[in-house]
Amino acid sequence: MLSEEEIKEIQEEIKQYPYPAVACIDALKIVQHHRGWVSDESVKDIAQLLSISNEEVDGVATFYSRIYRKPVGRNVILICDSVSCMIMGYESLYEHISKKLGIRFGGTTSDGRFTLLPNSCLGDCDNAPALMINNDHFNKITAEKIDELLKRYK
Amino acid sequence: MEKPLTKNIRPDSADYNLEDYSRDSGYSNLRKVLKNMSPAEVTNLVKASNLLGRGGAGFPTGVKWSLIPMDGDSSKQKYLICNADEMEPGTFKDRYLLEGNPHQLIEGMIISAYAIQASKAYIFLRWAYKKAEAGLRKAIDEAYKAGYLGKNILGSGFNLDLYVHSSAGRYICGEETALLNSLEGKRAVPRTKPPYPAISGLFGKPTVVNNVETLSWISHIVENGADWFKGLSLTGTGGTKLYGASGRVKKPGIWELPLGTTMRELLEDHAGGMIAGHRFRGALPGGVSTDFLIEEHLDVKMDFSTVAAAGSRLGTGTMIILDDKTCPVAFIHNVERFFALESCGWCTPCREGLPWVEKMLASIEEGSGKMEYIDLLNFNAEYMGPGNTFCAHAPGAAEPLQSGLKYFHDDFIKHITDKKCPWR
Amino acid sequence: MSLEVSMVKITIDGKLYEAKPEKNLLETCLSFGIDIPHFCFHPALGSVGACRLCAVKKFRDKDDTKGRIVMSCMEPVTKGLIVSVNDPEAKAFRASVIESLMTNHPHDCPVCDEGGECHLQDMTVMTGHNYRRYDFPKRTYNNQELGPFINHEMNRCIQCYRCVRFYRDYAGGTDLNVFASRNQVYFGRHEDGPLENEFSGNLIEVCPTGVFTDKTLKKHFTRKWDLSNAPSVCVHCSVGCNTIISERYGSLRRIMSRYNGAVNGYFICDRGRFGYEFINDEKRIKTALIRSEKDGIAEPVDNERLFAILDQSLSKNNNIIGIGSPRASLESNFALISLVGRENFYHGISKKEFLLTKTISEFFQNKGVRTPSLKQIEKADAILVLGEDLTNTAPMIALALRQAVRNVPDEEAKKKGIPVWNDAPLRLLAQDARSPVFIATPFIDSLDVIAENAFRAAPQDIANLGYSIAQKLDDRAPDSDSKKKDLQDLAGKIALSLRNAKNPLIISGISCGDEAILHAVLNITMALLSNGSTVMLSMVLPECNSMGLSLLPGKSFEDAVLIAENKEIDTLVVLENDLFRRADEDSVNELFKKSRQIIVLDQLSNRTTQNADILLPVATFSESEGTIVNNEGRAQRYYKAIDNKNQIKESWQWIGEFIKVRDTNHKVLWNRFDDIADSLANDLPLFSKLRKYMPGEDFRMLNAKIPRQTIRYSGRTAMNANFAVSETKVSQDNDSPLAFSMEGQPENPPSSLVPFYWMPGWNSVQAMYNYLDEPGGSMKGGDPGVRLFESSIEGNHIYFKHKAQITVVQKDEWLIVPVYQIFGSDELSSVSPSILQRIHEPFVLMNQKDADIITVKDGDYVQVEILKIKLKVKVKIGKSIVQGLAGLSVYLPGMPFIDIPGRGKFHKL
Repeated sequence: MLSEEEIKEIQEEIKQYPYPAVACIDALKIVQHHRGWVSDESVKDIAQLLSISNEEVDGVATFYSRIYRKPVGRNVILICDSVSCMIMGYESLYEHISKKLGIRFGGTTSDGRFTLLPNSCLGDCDNAPALMINNDHFNKITAEKIDELLKRYK
Repeated sequence: MEKPLTKNIRPDSADYNLEDYSRDSGYSNLRKVLKNMSPAEVTNLVKASNLLGRGGAGFPTGVKWSLIPMDGDSSKQKYLICNADEMEPGTFKDRYLLEGNPHQLIEGMIISAYAIQASKAYIFLRWAYKKAEAGLRKAIDEAYKAGYLGKNILGSGFNLDLYVHSSAGRYICGEETALLNSLEGKRAVPRTKPPYPAISGLFGKPTVVNNVETLSWISHIVENGADWFKGLSLTGTGGTKLYGASGRVKKPGIWELPLGTTMRELLEDHAGGMIAGHRFRGALPGGVSTDFLIEEHLDVKMDFSTVAAAGSRLGTGTMIILDDKTCPVAFIHNVERFFALESCGWCTPCREGLPWVEKMLASIEEGSGKMEYIDLLNFNAEYMGPGNTFCAHAPGAAEPLQSGLKYFHDDFIKHITDKKCPWR
Repeated sequence: MSLEVSMVKITIDGKLYEAKPEKNLLETCLSFGIDIPHFCFHPALGSVGACRLCAVKKFRDKDDTKGRIVMSCMEPVTKGLIVSVNDPEAKAFRASVIESLMTNHPHDCPVCDEGGECHLQDMTVMTGHNYRRYDFPKRTYNNQELGPFINHEMNRCIQCYRCVRFYRDYAGGTDLNVFASRNQVYFGRHEDGPLENEFSGNLIEVCPTGVFTDKTLKKHFTRKWDLSNAPSVCVHCSVGCNTIISERYGSLRRIMSRYNGAVNGYFICDRGRFGYEFINDEKRIKTALIRSEKDGIAEPVDNERLFAILDQSLSKNNNIIGIGSPRASLESNFALISLVGRENFYHGISKKEFLLTKTISEFFQNKGVRTPSLKQIEKADAILVLGEDLTNTAPMIALALRQAVRNVPDEEAKKKGIPVWNDAPLRLLAQDARSPVFIATPFIDSLDVIAENAFRAAPQDIANLGYSIAQKLDDRAPDSDSKKKDLQDLAGKIALSLRNAKNPLIISGISCGDEAILHAVLNITMALLSNGSTVMLSMVLPECNSMGLSLLPGKSFEDAVLIAENKEIDTLVVLENDLFRRADEDSVNELFKKSRQIIVLDQLSNRTTQNADILLPVATFSESEGTIVNNEGRAQRYYKAIDNKNQIKESWQWIGEFIKVRDTNHKVLWNRFDDIADSLANDLPLFSKLRKYMPGEDFRMLNAKIPRQTIRYSGRTAMNANFAVSETKVSQDNDSPLAFSMEGQPENPPSSLVPFYWMPGWNSVQAMYNYLDEPGGSMKGGDPGVRLFESSIEGNHIYFKHKAQITVVQKDEWLIVPVYQIFGSDELSSVSPSILQRIHEPFVLMNQKDADIITVKDGDYVQVEILKIKLKVKVKIGKSIVQGLAGLSVYLPGMPFIDIPGRGKFHKL
């Protein structure tokens, strides 16, 4: 069941479009914003709200990389693995984070605190390597900086 | 040297609000247009300036606009869309403009929308640009309050609503027709062309899609004229360009320079040359979907036609530098993995060819590559070439691959014969 | 409307061709017999340019030697076009596309049900790709459970997107989609569950490889090359879709669609495809049974004793009454007429159905209205549907309507230079613009989504709407007495839309059981005709040969019951008809009581066969030859795929024997099917055309019969070794030009006699190209079937008077209307195990407010009481059914005959 707040936000998006189905991506993002990810249940709820089939919602949801169809941790770390960051050494940073958290890409720490995901280019190439934690950008990342950042996010 | 696009951008892209923008005579060009110019005059002006699209393909902007059917029922819905989905690895120029001077873009969009008589406009924004999103939303709010957006703008009778749509993340959304599908809440699969968006775009209505940098130019061209614009470049193509560099250079960054500045000047003067102990081996001149240029090309003038003559593309104008401490196979593998992951899955060569390429490159890099992979990589690069695929995604991927195989052939062979990566 | 399109000259591999400019290059080449491999293009679905397999070289002009690769499916045919299909670069590219598809395809052909009729196999061979250079692991997927019809094996997928394009864009389904992206794209449902769309079975044929295969075939799997096939016609509704039926080891293995450009085109519905399983069912009657006089138990009887008994029951001194059937062929019904005489022949349908059908067939014979083929329905540009739930009573008409709505927007797109084959841009540009469709039915209809107006009303208001439309088209037509403004406004809008259309179409039927609606429909038609309109009228009838039966002499079932009230009947012969589906139990029992001897001929045991004194096993459509007339008035013939064994005979053969028994001097001796076809043509001139246009048994191609089996048919010498060591004799077919053999010329028999599709290089259904004048066009030599109605007749138009049937409903009563179901309401298909899984339990559809009155919720059970019948049914709360009206499912297994529309009560259980 979608919360009243989610429904209100989705309906607000619907207003700017010629028909409700257009708000599909917005709706998925709204639900994800509130719950961290989009469950099968939420797919059905969104479908009902937009008067389209579950298949239509899920076809869209599974297309976009920033819609999570599996549960994620409280904080999502996105490491840029693109070429500029590779040149500047993201691989060793990944190994560092991975060792610290005990997870590889796609994994979530057992305490549910972090999920680690790769991401292609964050548009911070001149300050590589870069990463994002939730909605926050960080660049010129070093191992020390990572240690400090990991402490910051509970 | 004039830097029209970036002259007002503050260090670290600090807040530059409507008040600041107005003080720098912001929105005066909009006033001028709404008061004195017909839509056709605006289009003709942009046409005369020969402003080439800054998204990468370099299509003349004024020509694109003039494809919009303007006769008949003018009440018919038309759309203007700003492509701010900048997701090309190694590219960060639009972010700079979006964060540093959002009103410049908004004013450009209002004028452009007026030229094609669009009453709705969208900024399709890359999901990761959170700062730009906040800035844009604030700027749009300000513009609405000041009467630059909404109904009857500045008493002209022209209406325009402008929305920001933040994407859900996919490189292919940058392809203009895939972007339209995404904006419609669908899977971002490119559309059949023709018909082009000018005939059947967003919701099947006439639509223009322009890049951030392109639209940011419009008010300047209105202010200073077509000849002024043409005079800005070194090669007569028109305008300045946001160039950038990333990789192991001393001062990676972004610079507004006359179109046609050479790669050497960019690398040596602006990027400060290579970091000590590193040698330049090559560069992708405008994002990962362009062919490698190497040392012999350093004096190539970075404009659309000259770079093309040298066997590559200007693309976004933001270079990724390959140095001698970085394995070219690993570099290319990284790029091809990106393309394989970002394929939308619609057409066969892209969907099936890219993963095969990626697997062979990974295998070579890991030391288990076979000699026949060289032929197979070349075969796939040709197979995914222009015309063979539904959109430009796979041909883009083929560019660094085929040029890399050519320029770094020996490195590939060494990986295979030594059964390991010499850089590891 | 169809301006003669001037042809253009194009050059293909140096040879000059005349081509149609509105076509794309791929379909043009295919129509010339030039093989271009392809996947994503389908003639019914158009082009999208996804698979990239149909690449050819295009040259700018004569001096261009380099050329460039283009996709032929996306290339418009233009004057002076120069292309090469055989260009080495184009050929190499096509092989590369296959090579890269093969990087993930599992190559599991030996265990794949598609093997041997796989478009992917054909295309692989055609491009010449044969060596794998890819040496990495393949991608794998999990499969889904998609219900009783379709098996899912995603690993085989080559991502051509045909499935979703057919299912979603063409058939209007929503529960199949593409998920994920890149080389992980997945075609399936959001979660396991049966595919809901009524046309899901076509995925089997649309899918170019073995992702979607026939689950019913899997139960008794046979390769295509080992099947013995026959051209057939679907018997599960009145539309008469053409099918290919296939046999091995004496059982029917599957049904596929058989192309008929005028009727079903490439597709059939799921009832038609999967309903066949009744043929192999345990309920089949396989031996003759005689009721023992001692204990009343039916016992098997051999032919000798059987005929001794028949000799008595059919004695010349006995009076005999024959009851025919709308699900039996013209020939079988005619045989019964010949046995009992016209005056003693009854149609075996209720009086209401008899009269309504008769009104329709007479209208069609006399008024000169066009009865459209499905192809013509697809061309309609303004459509009115009155009182018929097409998706459930004539599914393929519903599918045709979904295509017709594209006509108006496609015309608009043409002005913008978008050709009709360029599917994706057409759909995009159209948005929600559609040809106007108006639907007036009592309850929610799955076609509502394509309708401009969906008018929900009780039957009397639907009739009123119809009368008002007619009146607005022609002053002389009587108006309804409805003062409702919305009804009158809508009538005005519909009248205007129909009048302005180039190809207006009215669709109705008799499932509502309402005479006033029928009269209103005919009034609208006559009003349009008198306006000079080329209106088309399509009337849905209940069964596969309802139209044919109505063209035969005879009376209704109630008339037979009336006769029985006054006199004893010596012998009652019931032909392929479960009378308990035709009238209330008491009437049927009364008739049986008054009949001293009851002879029943049927295929499956039912309540009528249980009452038989003599029960004779008869062939189903798959074991017999016969002619049925569809709702368009098109007579079509089906042929047997299975040779009859044991005592099973075709009904007309049994009755032929009866005639010999009854009248030893009788001149008529039907030894072969052609004999009875001759008799029919002689006795009833309307059918004389059939003899003329339908090939007789003596038809030969190159001095041979047409083989039912492919040249690769295997095991003929050994397949019966378990009971006969020597090779068993091949069955002889004395009735048709088809042979139970692989000998003969397999290619291009006359269009009505195509037992399977095959041409060199094309083993899949796509071999069909060779049988058509052009992709999506007509069968070579004309589409099968003989139309019995002429639209050129000048008819007189006397309007029916306005007479709305007003059912007075008491305070605690509801007006109950019938709800038909694609799965369940048809007698024979309901026996199929696969269909059975899709049949709902009996239900009543009602409005929320009505449900509140009797305090029930969705899913509760109520007892419905109609006259003497009491029935427990499940409540379904309908989204749009008008208050005071309830829809009751009809003819579902286990339900008695219920005479509705009528009044009824509900009691909460």
